[in-house]
Amino acid sequence: MRVGLFVTCLVDLMRPRIGFAAVALLERAGCEVVFPETQTCCGQPAYNSGDRAAAQLLARKVLREFRHCEYVVAPSGSCSGMIREHYPELFRGEPEYEDMNRLAARTFELTDFLVNRARLADVPGRFDGVVTYHDSCAGLREMGVKQQPRQLLAKVEGLRLREMEGAETCCGFGGTFSVKYGEISSKLADNKCQSVQASGADALVLGDLGCILNIEGRLRRLGDQKTRVFHVAEVLAGIEGNE
Amino acid sequence: MQVRSMHFKATASEKLADRRLQDALSKTRGKFVAGRAQAILELDNFDEIRDAAQRIRDRVLEHLDLYLEEFERNATARGAVVHWAEDAQEANRIICDIARAHGVKKAAKSKSMVSEECALNDALEAAGVQVVETDLGEYILQLAQEPPSHIVAPVVHKSKDEVSDLFERHHQRPRKESVPDLCREAREVLRPHFLSADMGISGANFIVAETGSTLIVTNEGNGRLCTTMPKVHVAITGIEKVVPTLEDVTTLLRLLPRSATGQSITNYVSLTTGVRGGGEQDGPEHFHVVLVDNGRSALLGTDFQPMLRCIRCGACMNHCPVYQTIGGHAYGWVYPGPMGSILTPSYVGIENALDLPNASTLCNQCGVVCPVKIPLPDLQRKLREKQVERRLRPWPERLAIKLWAYAASQPEIYSLGARIAARVLRRMGGSDRLIHRLPPGASGWTEGRDMPAPEGKTFHELYRRRGGGR
Repeated sequence: MRVGLFVTCLVDLMRPRIGFAAVALLERAGCEVVFPETQTCCGQPAYNSGDRAAAQLLARKVLREFRHCEYVVAPSGSCSGMIREHYPELFRGEPEYEDMNRLAARTFELTDFLVNRARLADVPGRFDGVVTYHDSCAGLREMGVKQQPRQLLAKVEGLRLREMEGAETCCGFGGTFSVKYGEISSKLADNKCQSVQASGADALVLGDLGCILNIEGRLRRLGDQKTRVFHVAEVLAGIEGNE
Repeated sequence: MQVRSMHFKATASEKLADRRLQDALSKTRGKFVAGRAQAILELDNFDEIRDAAQRIRDRVLEHLDLYLEEFERNATARGAVVHWAEDAQEANRIICDIARAHGVKKAAKSKSMVSEECALNDALEAAGVQVVETDLGEYILQLAQEPPSHIVAPVVHKSKDEVSDLFERHHQRPRKESVPDLCREAREVLRPHFLSADMGISGANFIVAETGSTLIVTNEGNGRLCTTMPKVHVAITGIEKVVPTLEDVTTLLRLLPRSATGQSITNYVSLTTGVRGGGEQDGPEHFHVVLVDNGRSALLGTDFQPMLRCIRCGACMNHCPVYQTIGGHAYGWVYPGPMGSILTPSYVGIENALDLPNASTLCNQCGVVCPVKIPLPDLQRKLREKQVERRLRPWPERLAIKLWAYAASQPEIYSLGARIAARVLRRMGGSDRLIHRLPPGASGWTEGRDMPAPEGKTFHELYRRRGGGR
């Protein structure tokens, strides 16, 4: 399987190790991983701000860049959701509509791809402790990501998973919402932090870097330096601890 | 009702700091969300019923004029008078005229959100009619002179103590503390009003084209008393509430109480058809139905038509994380939460409610629970698109998006910018790898949170350096 890695603009800028973890996992599953180097952003910030033209510009670029990949895989429910659920709608009635449908059909969130397509049998990661999992909104409600990360985490030696209250409740990130409505956003992040802390877990694991930055940022502002926050790819690939 | 949606941010800020409100909201959040989750387990084909309900509502909207005319024919044949009101002013004029024609001094009212849209109570009071709200929540709000904050449970924002305070002040009786005592007192105070009202005003959860009936669901019994005891009954309804047949209504009724309060069915389901007939002991002598447009027909044939499927269950706001933290008043008009974020701009003008479709994370928990599958976040995005088209967004925001999109379409420029940004932000993070204050434009983030600093190099450059892969 020839997989094009869509690394996402946030991972590229903020936490490349998540991207490398994704590559390691995909290769372990036997995929040939390519990284179209001109990639930048899926266009979601523009799309959600109401600027369809800007979103279309970036979508056409993604279409071109990933033309020769059998699959497009992103370590993000939000970005893969943008391509799968929203690119076709963006081009309804336009010449690229069919192409966008085809692109959408071969775009996957990482854990869903590893479980349901690549059928990854085992993972190298180890984790001594209890983790809890946050279901990011786009991953859960657009991409159907729920059991897949949990199935994969069950393969991590030493790891114990404990579910928290409100695992499916929005953390308050919402892209530009986190900046435009910062007060409401922080309150939602706060609620999420309380759920995480109430679970007693040593670490929070989730599949979207936007949510990670939001929740980790609020934990630290609350004075919690102890609770670690990881992307599921990091935990599975065993690349955690590179701070 | 007066529009205050333009003050969303300031009001939301107040509400976030309001301890009493936050307590009240967290109590209700648990009750309605857990209630619905339990109730839908009773149906083993819940999603199929939602599909059926969506189809019923869409069919109506495709032929709204035909179903409304069928309703009018059948209602009139049973002795009702049907009025068509294009807007709030016309609705108020029609109802005040009816009141005047019958010498009405007092009207007993069961809940109607469309009457809030019209500010009907104010119009009636100005015409010399005393209006008594009889839904307990609305009655409390009438005493407090506040608008509702939720479409099903209008007084969720108040605590029991606040209600005790209000009753003590207005009823001139010893203060009651327990919920049963407060309810009993309300019942005792309201009963004489039902008996002395000349006119009963109700809303309609649905109106049935096949029979010309109006239907309301209540838990308190006040709906029954308002619609059967006074000699004049006026039902006021939005035009989109029409449903083709009684059978269709039963499909919708399987979803409405479960989605709203977690009840399998409400205590009362009251179907009103025509006027008191020969030999009947109860019922009004005169039954008027006022069909109100007030902006609804303008949504037909547009991207927003699905919003008219709404059956006013309140599930969307019950499950909305934003509504759960700020309550309903911040939305500034009759309809709060996700459905309000679409209806308010649609009915009062997009420019008067700019924040509402934007103050959402697009999490879609609302869409997941909507009994008629309205794609609420998509409609919020469409309103954001309309704001951009009409140049209603602040220019710095427009510029930032355009610059971002341009940069992201130019890989060399973007790559350089990202490398610089990664280093600058890493530097700002200092030794604890946390940025405590972001510059203006992004400072909304750091008012309440830190920003974890980036690793300091981009994936692009590291990937290239490693020769690809590991």
